[in-house]
This record gives sequence, C-alpha cells and structure tokens, in this order.
Amino acid sequence: MNAKFKKNFKTGLRLAGAVALTILFLFPIYWLFMISFKTADEIYAYPPVWWPESLQFSNYAVLFKDGDAATVGNSLIVAGTSTVFAMLLGTTCAYSIVRFKTGGNHLANWIISQRMIPPIAIVFPVFILYVWFGLVDTYFGLILLYTAFNLPYVIWMMRGYILDIPISLEHAALVDGYTRWQVLWKVIFPMCRAGLFATAIFTFVFAWNDFIFALVLTRTEVATYTVQVTHYFGGQSNFWGKISAMSVLGTLPIFFIVAFMQKYLVRGISLGAVKG
Amino acid sequence: MPADDVTMLKKLSLPKIRKLGFKYQLIAPSIIILLIIGLFPLVYTLVVSFQGITMMDNDTSFHGIKNYVAIADDTRFWGALFHTVMFTVIALPIELFLGLFMAQLFIEKLPGRQIFIALLVLPVVVAPIVSGATWSLLLDNRFGPINQIINWFMGEELTLLWTINPTLVYPAIFLAEVWQWTPFMFLLLLAALSAVDKAQLEAAAIDGASYWMIFTKITLPSIWPVMAVAILIRGLDLFRLFDIVWALTKGGPGTMTETISTFTYVKGFQQFETSYTGAVALLIIIILSFVVIGALRKVELSR
Repeated sequence: MNAKFKKNFKTGLRLAGAVALTILFLFPIYWLFMISFKTADEIYAYPPVWWPESLQFSNYAVLFKDGDAATVGNSLIVAGTSTVFAMLLGTTCAYSIVRFKTGGNHLANWIISQRMIPPIAIVFPVFILYVWFGLVDTYFGLILLYTAFNLPYVIWMMRGYILDIPISLEHAALVDGYTRWQVLWKVIFPMCRAGLFATAIFTFVFAWNDFIFALVLTRTEVATYTVQVTHYFGGQSNFWGKISAMSVLGTLPIFFIVAFMQKYLVRGISLGAVKG
Repeated sequence: MPADDVTMLKKLSLPKIRKLGFKYQLIAPSIIILLIIGLFPLVYTLVVSFQGITMMDNDTSFHGIKNYVAIADDTRFWGALFHTVMFTVIALPIELFLGLFMAQLFIEKLPGRQIFIALLVLPVVVAPIVSGATWSLLLDNRFGPINQIINWFMGEELTLLWTINPTLVYPAIFLAEVWQWTPFMFLLLLAALSAVDKAQLEAAAIDGASYWMIFTKITLPSIWPVMAVAILIRGLDLFRLFDIVWALTKGGPGTMTETISTFTYVKGFQQFETSYTGAVALLIIIILSFVVIGALRKVELSR
C-alpha cells in the first residue's frame, strides 16, 4: 500500500512537471497565434492582453487583400517542386551508392558534408552566378538551389532506407526479366514508400522554413512567406498584426504535417542516426 | 552492409546483368546539380577573393592575398567569429542538459505521454525566422508578456529593453534559441534512452549501484552514439546561426551579437564588398570542411 502510494505520488509529480514544461514550451506559440486574432487596440494595449475579446480575422483579411498571402503560395510552389526533384534524383543516386558502392565512402561523406556548410557561404557565390544568368527572383533559381541543398539530405536518408531492403527481392526481379531501371522503379521505389514519404516531408519543411536563401535570391516576384514576415519589421514600429498572421499562415501547415507523421520524426531530424 | 548481402551483390554483378555505366547514370544528375551549386561557385569565389571588387569599383585585377590580410586585421570579423563560438558553446550544453532532463522525465510510463511529446516537439518545426519574430513579440518592452511577468514577480515597474540593452541581448537570443532547439535534443535523447537495456539497469540497481554510477557506467555509454550525432547536428546549426539573431537584433546593438552568418550577409549584400565577402565565405567553407570531416570520422552517422 505504502509502496503503491509512493509510486502514484512520483507519477503525479512527473505529470505535474510534464504539464508545466508543455505550458512553458507552448506559450510562445500560443502568444503568436493569439496576437494574430487581436484588434490593433488589443495588440498595443498596456499592460498586454492575454486573451482577445473576440476572434477576429482582420489581420488575415489584410494579408489576402494586399496580396501578401501569395507569398505562402510561392513557398508552396518552390518547396513542393524542389522536393519532387530532390526525391527523384536523390533516391536514384542513393540506390547507386548502396547497390554498387559507387564512389565508396568518400562520395557518401562528401555528399553529407555538402549539407553542413553554412548556407551564407553557399548563397553568396550562388547569388553572383544567378545575377549572370538572370536567375535572381525566379522560381527556377530558387527551386534549383533548394533541390541542390536538399539533395545531400535525401541521398543520405534514402541510403539508410534502401539498405533495409533485402537484396533477394531485386535478384528475383532481375531473374524475372526486369531491366535495371524497372527494378528501381517497380521494386525499390515501392519498397521504401514509407521512407520516401518521411524524407519528402522533411525535405519540404526545410525548404518551406528556409529564410536566408530566399532573403538573398528573391526580390518581389517569388518572395516566400519567411521573407515576407520580416518586411513587417519597421525601423520605429513593427506591424505585429501582420507579423503574427503571416507567421501563422506559414506555421499552421507545418504543424498539421508533423501531427500526421510523429513516428518518422526522430529518424528524420537525426539524419537517420536514430532508427526510431 | 551484412556479409551475405555482399556475396549476393557479387552474384548479381554477373556479366549478363552488369551493365557498365548504369551506376553512373544513376548518380549523374545529382552530382551535376551538386557541382553546379557547390563546386562552380566555390571556384568562382576563390577567383573573386583575389580581386578587388567593391560596390564602387568593379576591379577584377589580381590583388593577391590582400583580402585575406584584411580579414586578419578585421576586428569585426573576429568579433563575429567569437560571438558565434560563444553562442555555440553556451547554448549547446544548455540544450543538451535540458533535453536530457526532459527525456528522463518522459522515459517511464506517464498518462498522455504521446500527446505531451507531440506538443513539446512543435517548436522544432517552426521556421527559425518565425521563432525569432515570435520572441521579439514576447520580449517587447511594452507590449510583450515577459516584462509583464517579471514585473509581477518584482512588484515594480521595470522596462527591460531586451533587444537593445547590451546586458540583455544575449539572454534574449539564448532564450529563443534554447526554446526552439531543446525539444530537438529531447526527442533524440528520449529515443536513445528508450533503447537502453532495461535488464542491465535493473541488475545494476539490485547490485546496489548508485543512480549516478548507473547513469555514467551504463546509460551514458549506451546513449552516446546518438548524443554525439545530436551534438554534431546542433553544433553545426549553431555555427550558422542567422535567422533568430536577424529577427531579434540584426547583430546589434552595434555589432555586439553579430555572428559569422550575419556579418557575411551585411558585408556581401548590404555593403557589397564582393571580393572581401568572397574571401570570408571561402574561409568559412575551409574551416567548416575540416570540422565536418573530423567530426564525421568520430561520429557514426547512419551506418
């Protein structure tokens, strides 16, 4: 009885700690979302208001009226297209590295090290290159850069997933008269569906959340939502209603995506180090 | 790859099946793109860094190592490097220990455990620039809740200028950084802790080993491979810190919180010191390449 009480007490304490931590970590997100529903009077009230009087969407309405919300569309086009390219090219490359040991460990290590160079050092020369070829502020330019930036991640992750596929399946398919390309398309791709899906999601999120590439390589035409958010920071005053509403428009889709793929989260963000 | 797979592979590579060049066809598109975006600009940066291009002067004549000498004398560059290292060596242990503490809290059964975990990881997927913006809202001296809460506890009217006051800018950036990335550590360490052999832990406890003994002798060696990867990923991320600083202070006040990334951005895209920035970018790439190559040798990343 005593031992049981002690155990329950301990669980209760841990539960209280868990609740406290969760509130602490979610409070900033709550504040961001909540501000987007406030009126200007409530946003600039002193002391700050913790709960808006009513849910009102005028901060969002302004974004749609002025066309600023289109930057979310730009993020979608750029992140979506580059994800498809990176997945197709990266997976075939990963297959070659796994099955034929193409380039050996050196190639694999070179590829992953490409991912680890600070983006600012990559984007500076790329910017100059793009000025020459007129690719600044174009979809193509941004898609190309995101594809290149995400390729190492895709290759690295898909390498892990393809390693998990038993080679006997490929053998059987070859015996059945499949060509090499058919094996890739009809055996490998379907077999690592889950891995493809999980990797694609992360690839998408990286491009979606990127700021520095888009800051340097866009002006007005293809500005993404992360760049747009920073446009509302003024020298003297910040447009908080717009900052928060724009941020929520960009963040909400990500939250939905993550909610549906909890089980892939650990492997995805640990570069495959934790199989989870 | 297990040994039997290798023998299977050899069988597969019979002359009939092997088609020379197939493996190169597979990797060619990826490698070409990586070279266009990775290697070509690198070579170009090298060339530019030996020239004298600025906003006023498109001087492409050979200037030797002038720009590199200038970097050596540039206190602003060394300041930025120092801040970057400081952000990394302070934020990283905080995130690691907080993450480990949180992971310990959730390792055993707890009602609603999955929901807690799902909620706690949300900061990780918020765009860093958005989390910077969020914290600038939270830390606003007048309309933000942080000062309000501090005033409740202090019982007096304080106006803390978080993004302007030199003694408060660092805590402000650390707050945002630690808030966003502690859950990353938490998630990885939780996964690592779950994989520790329970029987071994129980046996040690029965033998009378202390909690500390068990942690250092059994738990730590077991979670170390994952912990090393987590430290590597976060360490490299912190070294490229840009978004949060940009949203909160833009490197200010003055150049107090400038990082390598914000410094390079200002030099290259606001002051248009093209050749000088080229030299800086190249230097960063070289330093980081050594760090990464060294780290990859130590760390087992998805073998």
